[in-house]
Amino acid sequence: MSSAGSKSTATFRRPSYLGVFLTFARNSLVRDMTFRGNFLIECVTSVTWMAMNLGFYLIIFKYTRQIAGWDQYEFFAFLSTTMIVNSLVQSFFMPNCEEVSELIRTGGLDFALLKPIDTQFLISLRKIEWAGLSNFAAGVILLSVSLWQMAARSDTPLILSPQSLVLYGVYVLCGVAIMYSVMISLAATSIWLGQNRSLYDFWFYITNFSRYPMEIYEGPWGRPLRMIFTFVLPILLVVNVPARIIAWPFGDDAQQSTLTWYLAAVTLLATTLSLLASRWLFTRALRGYRSASS
Amino acid sequence: MILRIALQERLVYRGDFALGTLMRFLPIVTQVFLWYAIFETLGNTSIAGYKYEEFVAYYLLTMVARAFSSMPGLSSQIAGQIRSGEIKKFLIQPIDPLGFMLLSRIAHKLAYYSVAAGPFALVFFLCRGYFPGWPDATTWAAFLTSLVLCFLLGYFLEACLGLIGFWLLEVSSLLFVYMLFSFFLSGHMFPIDMLNDAEPWATIVNTLPLQYLAYFPSAVLLGKIQGWELVRGLTLEALWVVFFILLSRLLWLRGTRRYSAYGG
Repeated sequence: MSSAGSKSTATFRRPSYLGVFLTFARNSLVRDMTFRGNFLIECVTSVTWMAMNLGFYLIIFKYTRQIAGWDQYEFFAFLSTTMIVNSLVQSFFMPNCEEVSELIRTGGLDFALLKPIDTQFLISLRKIEWAGLSNFAAGVILLSVSLWQMAARSDTPLILSPQSLVLYGVYVLCGVAIMYSVMISLAATSIWLGQNRSLYDFWFYITNFSRYPMEIYEGPWGRPLRMIFTFVLPILLVVNVPARIIAWPFGDDAQQSTLTWYLAAVTLLATTLSLLASRWLFTRALRGYRSASS
Repeated sequence: MILRIALQERLVYRGDFALGTLMRFLPIVTQVFLWYAIFETLGNTSIAGYKYEEFVAYYLLTMVARAFSSMPGLSSQIAGQIRSGEIKKFLIQPIDPLGFMLLSRIAHKLAYYSVAAGPFALVFFLCRGYFPGWPDATTWAAFLTSLVLCFLLGYFLEACLGLIGFWLLEVSSLLFVYMLFSFFLSGHMFPIDMLNDAEPWATIVNTLPLQYLAYFPSAVLLGKIQGWELVRGLTLEALWVVFFILLSRLLWLRGTRRYSAYGG
């Protein structure tokens, strides 16, 4: 009896999450490459979109020297961080979270639940939109150019330390994790409500706030907004913290450095909490799930 | 009849709808903060002839213009009907398809305004301090004319894009490109006269009809375009409307001939 039990646990291996993920990635790539023309168009349009955004800020910087304390190239480093974070979220999580309501409507979620693998993992990473990563590349290029320009400028040239690059990477990942938590939470509410037609809209409107330096939220309306989007729904930390780390290195300005340290600590906490909260919300939502056929 | 259906369709979800309209102002909120920050560092000057208040007013007005000129889903609807063959029903019915769809769009828009007027009025009332004051009768009349024209322009332009579906199987990527350009070049993102000394962009945006979809009506109400400029602008806008009406007719005639040639 006991030997049979131990034997069945031995055959029921833990699934290799990495292996499954790589299979997903390969399948999506094969799919994308099947429609190569479409893939190229998607790459070009998403990069064009960012180029136009960049053009908008180029126009603004013709009229002003800085935006809320961010010089042109510092701001472009900020902008490229936005591109990097958003492209990662959009390539890996967006196509999947959008589909959650479809899965519920068609009953496809039943199959996901039956698989011997974590449901959240399966739902979140099934499809990868490789075309979205073109923006990642564009972001990296823009970041390199901005950093280069900042290092070459005559007054207070930027001295980049390897530590800040590593920290930048870590905090970009934190940002992606926070964005993912928001997104999967939105998807989870659609399990409850049975529809999420406006999920994408809502997502767009919320993340719209995260795309600007937090310093612009000033005044009697801006302050509370900044507080809410830093501590309640921490989307302002997503881009701001990595961008501050890379564009305003520690030690240059004592006051800003302390603020960055403080924000960085908050980000770590916020990432953990939002991941946990979204996980909790997701499992709660699944418990309330009734199959479409029942 | 068409009007009544569209009205009822809209009014069923009016609560959700009014909220959705209010949400649409959220992107403007961040834009306003951005411009506020820019003007903070600049001091009390103006950018390309716009003061801070005018920027805020401009963004609010483009929302109005977009409410007239945007035709959500029109092109993809037409293209989809061509692909699925549903377009056949217009070939056997004694009605003009473009006219029919125009009527139903007008109905949709009227229904939309009847509900959206509330949120819009609320936002404009809250932001009344940003407007330079009540415009004179000429400006007001020109503004209303440009809005009507931009509705027609939006409709026929998107109808033309949809009718391209007779030749291309899938127009969605084309539509996306159009959306992308119209977002920037219509003045939705920033007042396009900011580009005025940045050639070749100034020539491009001034030649394209896209500016009439958002920039032109807003600039008119703000009193940026006056006198002969205004007359010229309105005439050009009207000419663009005529152009797209003719183009859509042509595309329809050519398209249906080609379509039946396939025996679809």
